[in-house]
Amino acid sequence: MEKFDVHTGRAVPLRASNVDTDQIIPAVYLKRVSRTGFEDGLFAEWRKSDPDFVLNRPEYEGASVLVAGPDFGTGSSREHAVWALQDYGFKAVLSSRFADIFRGNSLKGGLLTVLLPQEVIDRIWAAVEADPTTEVTVDLVERRVRVPAADVVEPFELDDYTRWRLLEGLDDIALTLRHTDDITVFEGTRPDWKPVTL
Amino acid sequence: MARTMAEKVWEEHVVRRAEGEPDLLYIDLHLVHEVTSPQAFEGLRLAGRPVRRPDLTIATEDHNVPTMDLLAPIADPVSRKQVETLRKNCSDFGVRLHPMGDIDQGVVHVVGPQLGLTQPGMTVVCGDSHTSTHGAFGALAFGIGTSQVEHVLATQTLPMQPFKTMAVTVNGRLRPGVTSKDIILAVIAKIGTGGGQGYVIEYRGEAIEALSMESRMTVCNMSIEAGARAGMIAPDQTTFDYVKGRPHAPQGADFDAAVEHWKSLRTDEGAEFDAEVVLDADDLSPFVTWGTNPGQGVPLDAGVPEPSSFEDPSARAAAEKALAYMDLKAGTPMREVSVDTVFLGSCTNGRIEDLRAAAEVIRGRRVADGVRMLVVPGSMRVKEQANEEGLGEVFKEAGAEWREAGCSMCLGMNPDQLKPGERSASTSNRNFEGRQGRGGRTHLVSPLVAAATAVRGTLSSPADL
Ligand code: SF4
Repeated sequence: MEKFDVHTGRAVPLRASNVDTDQIIPAVYLKRVSRTGFEDGLFAEWRKSDPDFVLNRPEYEGASVLVAGPDFGTGSSREHAVWALQDYGFKAVLSSRFADIFRGNSLKGGLLTVLLPQEVIDRIWAAVEADPTTEVTVDLVERRVRVPAADVVEPFELDDYTRWRLLEGLDDIALTLRHTDDITVFEGTRPDWKPVTL
Repeated sequence: MARTMAEKVWEEHVVRRAEGEPDLLYIDLHLVHEVTSPQAFEGLRLAGRPVRRPDLTIATEDHNVPTMDLLAPIADPVSRKQVETLRKNCSDFGVRLHPMGDIDQGVVHVVGPQLGLTQPGMTVVCGDSHTSTHGAFGALAFGIGTSQVEHVLATQTLPMQPFKTMAVTVNGRLRPGVTSKDIILAVIAKIGTGGGQGYVIEYRGEAIEALSMESRMTVCNMSIEAGARAGMIAPDQTTFDYVKGRPHAPQGADFDAAVEHWKSLRTDEGAEFDAEVVLDADDLSPFVTWGTNPGQGVPLDAGVPEPSSFEDPSARAAAEKALAYMDLKAGTPMREVSVDTVFLGSCTNGRIEDLRAAAEVIRGRRVADGVRMLVVPGSMRVKEQANEEGLGEVFKEAGAEWREAGCSMCLGMNPDQLKPGERSASTSNRNFEGRQGRGGRTHLVSPLVAAATAVRGTLSSPADL
């Protein structure tokens, strides 16, 4: 996994609440068995059917921070939603509320989801819409989002452990396998009547 | 200290706890299907890692599978590739698989409970958000993403951040014609699609205790639609009776020992929840959705709401957008909304009880002209049982299509889809834009409402017949 420390980039204002993962990537794009190339599925329906959809607007091309409405990533647990955002070029998503599974998936995969008060999101939206070249800095080292053009210097919360893992770019499985002995000991204590499939 | 059921189950599965780190939880059962697993197996291969506990893992084919002509190869080459990939992965890594044509093939959340693999007090995960279904047994069951699927395959554990607990108490008794689907749609309409965020919900109260096991699964299934991590219901005699005698249930003295333990899992008297919601079952009536998220629902007796009636500006904007997508006018009585398609199935309402309830309504009647009704059993075993009880005949005689098991039109990954502009009454769990096919419009309903709607062609309850 790529390390994440400080990222600065232009932003896309996505003024919609309750954007579910079926919208982020419709089911037809889930049929691949590879791990890459999901960018074509990102918001595919909206990109196809609405010429004015933000991602179709040339002024937002190349942006790497998505500024979304509340309840982003609800619905299906498909991690493809995170992959599609990353494959498209997004490094961070800002919102006032994320669905739990989506948030978990994003932080595992190195897409930084940042929780900010809706009032701050509103200010960033306004600044980016007024000037699409506005730069947004997501600083994981200091746990702050800075948008000079909108006078935003806003701290955000992220637990120390996740922050450390992202800063180091560490894969969860390798970390857990360091504790294989603990797992084996635990297995010795499980009751015999627990079901097995084989 | 008094603890909730969710906290007890969590504590029993902590493999490792360290200051400043998430708890490492042991996973008792890992369910696998073709859509969210290929990249996980690929990850194992690349790292040279085996599946740690194939004996706690089980796979089935459900999301992509056709529900007709099972013996023909899957027509869509990409779907076929996903199914073939699962077969290869299961054979390479030694995982038990129930493929198409097998009696235990079906929607993963129907298969686990029917095999008796889902039991109280377990931790159950699957790369699928509706894993919450298994919480009906008093298991801690939640959906995970593909990198977590890989993590569980490799280690049989998951590092987990703690959750908050919410009690949803449903007092009173359901009136006839009102089902557990109506309970959960009413709960979601009340607390909103984000209302459960960060919580494990425990459903309790007289109305919940009175539910059958399968109805409880319907409630827990849709916990995720309220944003919750999981839903749980305390195990009781109904639960024990359901588990007893199933292929993977504990036997003899083991069963008694298990029951003893399961009884101890109930939330202690005086345990505190972080949030509480109370509902009265007597007030409930059949519920239907009008919008494009499961929180946008009203009683069938009501009309399509006015967007201006929502105080919150984002809810108002969402309502306007939803009405445009659904092509509905505010004020239209829900009963006047006519549908092209009725879908009876899914992990929410594709079990034998659901089929029985719908068949009872439809028996001796006809599906309305111009309406197509798809009946898709949750698993092949459900289908077999339904056929034994003559339910398949009832559906066929009424003019419905009696299909093979799978997710089918719940998400339209196989050929069972709505066409653009078509409208369905669906017993599934999600009415998102395009969920059942590009441009399709979905109204979520109970099996009883689905059956009555099929007969009348407009959203209806059995009382309207
Ligand atoms: S039936 Fe629907 S909700 Fe259930 S697992 Fe299949 S696609 Fe998901």
